[in-house]
Amino acid sequence: MADATQGTGGLTFDARKRAWPNELNIFFALILIIFAFEAAGQLLPYMKGQSFLFDTRDRFDSIFNEARLRIIILQVAIIGIIALGVTQVIISGGIDLSSGPLVGATAMIVMSFAQTELVNGGPNPKAVFGDWAFDLPLIIPLIVGLSFGAFIGAINGSLIAYTRIPPFIATLGMFLICRGIAQAWTRGQPVSFPTESYSLIGKGMMPVYLFIALAILFHFILKYTVYGKHTYAIGSNEDAARMSGINVKRHKVLVYMIASMLAAFAAIVLSSKNLTAQSGMGIFYELYAIAMAVIGGVSLTGGRGSIIGTVLGAMVFGVIQSGFTYIKLDAFYQLMAMGGIIIGAVVLDKVRQERAAMRS
Amino acid sequence: MSDDIVLETRGLTKHYGGVHALNDANFTLKKGEHVAIMGDNGAGKSTFVRQITGVEQRTRGDIFFYGEPVSFGGPLDAREAGIETVFQTLALADDLDVPDNLFLGREKTKFDWLGPFRLLDYKAMRKATIDGLEKTAVKIPNIRNTIRNMSGGQRQCVAIARTATFHSRLTIMDEPTAALGVQETAQVENIVRTLKEAGEPLILVSHNMRQVFDLVDRIVVFRRGRICANLRKEDTDGQDVVAYITGAKTQEGYEDAA
Repeated sequence: MADATQGTGGLTFDARKRAWPNELNIFFALILIIFAFEAAGQLLPYMKGQSFLFDTRDRFDSIFNEARLRIIILQVAIIGIIALGVTQVIISGGIDLSSGPLVGATAMIVMSFAQTELVNGGPNPKAVFGDWAFDLPLIIPLIVGLSFGAFIGAINGSLIAYTRIPPFIATLGMFLICRGIAQAWTRGQPVSFPTESYSLIGKGMMPVYLFIALAILFHFILKYTVYGKHTYAIGSNEDAARMSGINVKRHKVLVYMIASMLAAFAAIVLSSKNLTAQSGMGIFYELYAIAMAVIGGVSLTGGRGSIIGTVLGAMVFGVIQSGFTYIKLDAFYQLMAMGGIIIGAVVLDKVRQERAAMRS
Repeated sequence: MSDDIVLETRGLTKHYGGVHALNDANFTLKKGEHVAIMGDNGAGKSTFVRQITGVEQRTRGDIFFYGEPVSFGGPLDAREAGIETVFQTLALADDLDVPDNLFLGREKTKFDWLGPFRLLDYKAMRKATIDGLEKTAVKIPNIRNTIRNMSGGQRQCVAIARTATFHSRLTIMDEPTAALGVQETAQVENIVRTLKEAGEPLILVSHNMRQVFDLVDRIVVFRRGRICANLRKEDTDGQDVVAYITGAKTQEGYEDAA
């Protein structure tokens, strides 16, 4: 008996072998969904054979319907930036419901520091502060916005880490507080007319480039830094993480701060793109961001998921939304269908997990 | 006190309110020695281990580790001092792979000036993991596999391999094979033998009489919160140990435990 298990028995350790990545499944799902809409375009009688993404009527030198692709990516980019942060929060075993209202509150505050003095030769009709706040350098609204995000995130994280109230409750409270801040800031009045430099942040395809850059950055951080490893460890087994010497409380505060700063940055991009800030901005964004992460394979029980998954999840989200419009599904039914798809994605993930557990 | 003593406790006592879980435990462990702790459920074995590893704070008594009086504020302090514990409930992160778990909380890193965002040195950690696994003769073909996808035996082996990877000064195992099958138990026992050959001191909490007689040099029996016997393996047998565990016999010098 001793011989059979003595030594490694000539067994070689394989340091490279990896499992089938879940992200590939989501990628195939994305392709499948695109072709489903493509087929619907051919089959549904009222569509008259229109193509979903391969329509070349507008541009003959490209096989894609670039206008639609651009809209899909642009729609997804801003909520996608929020989803990058939400992904980290969920991987760490938490949830963040406050990101949508935070977008509203941050947009209002930031825009107040980004206003220009002269509008069409006259004074700015939407001025929030006095003369000192006009035409400030771009760095000021950026710092104000990101600091506000970091502040809200620090409160979220500290509440969750130190008072041990559930993340759901802490961020639900912050949800209401932030929406309240957004409304109280100007008593419901929109804030408009930003400086020219501010309006460049969200101009054209800028939101998409920013989303891609941040996605690459946080993919790298989650995969190759201690911060990322500890985030996964805490979501996977918080006790084990604590026993291993990880400062779980401090780490949680950091995770929520980063998430809220990403949401605040999304608010900057959004208000810049729209050239105005309204207290109602970002409604449902927190849920859409969570949906993107969940569709992308981020497990709500923590410990599993990736930025690549979330980016793919965001694409699935955008394609489905655009596809529904394309097949002329009534907007009222779109929300219902979206909800069904999100539930379906989680059920599918659950089934897949249980199968994997059975195999081992 | 002689230099070759790894761990000594004097009058170690733990009360949970009115419950005297551990009373006046005097225990010594020498260098290279493997000692088993046996006893019925509730005899104080796990309580004893929890006081040594700092999981709980003792009511009274002294602990000396390599001659130094110690007082661990938590399991982390104990680990930093070199006491590696394999708990009944495994402290592993299910979604991480083997090197990640071995190095959790003490990762090898590059660019440390980046603070929490310093880079992980995956290559060095994988190499150290494979070295550690080879040293302990642990068989895990794919170390990139997540713990979730491993058998109970493999998980236990990962937990034990930590001790080999970090050159701990004392290894404590609390019922390491309680939940394992025959083959997996054999594998864990082989690892224990490897530790013995390497001269690493070990405290093994176990219910398994055959295992204890196979693996250790000395058996300490706990009964109702007290040590009631301290037996060298050569001087005793299974019947004898059972008599001490059940209270049919009490060794000379431990009469107050009766």
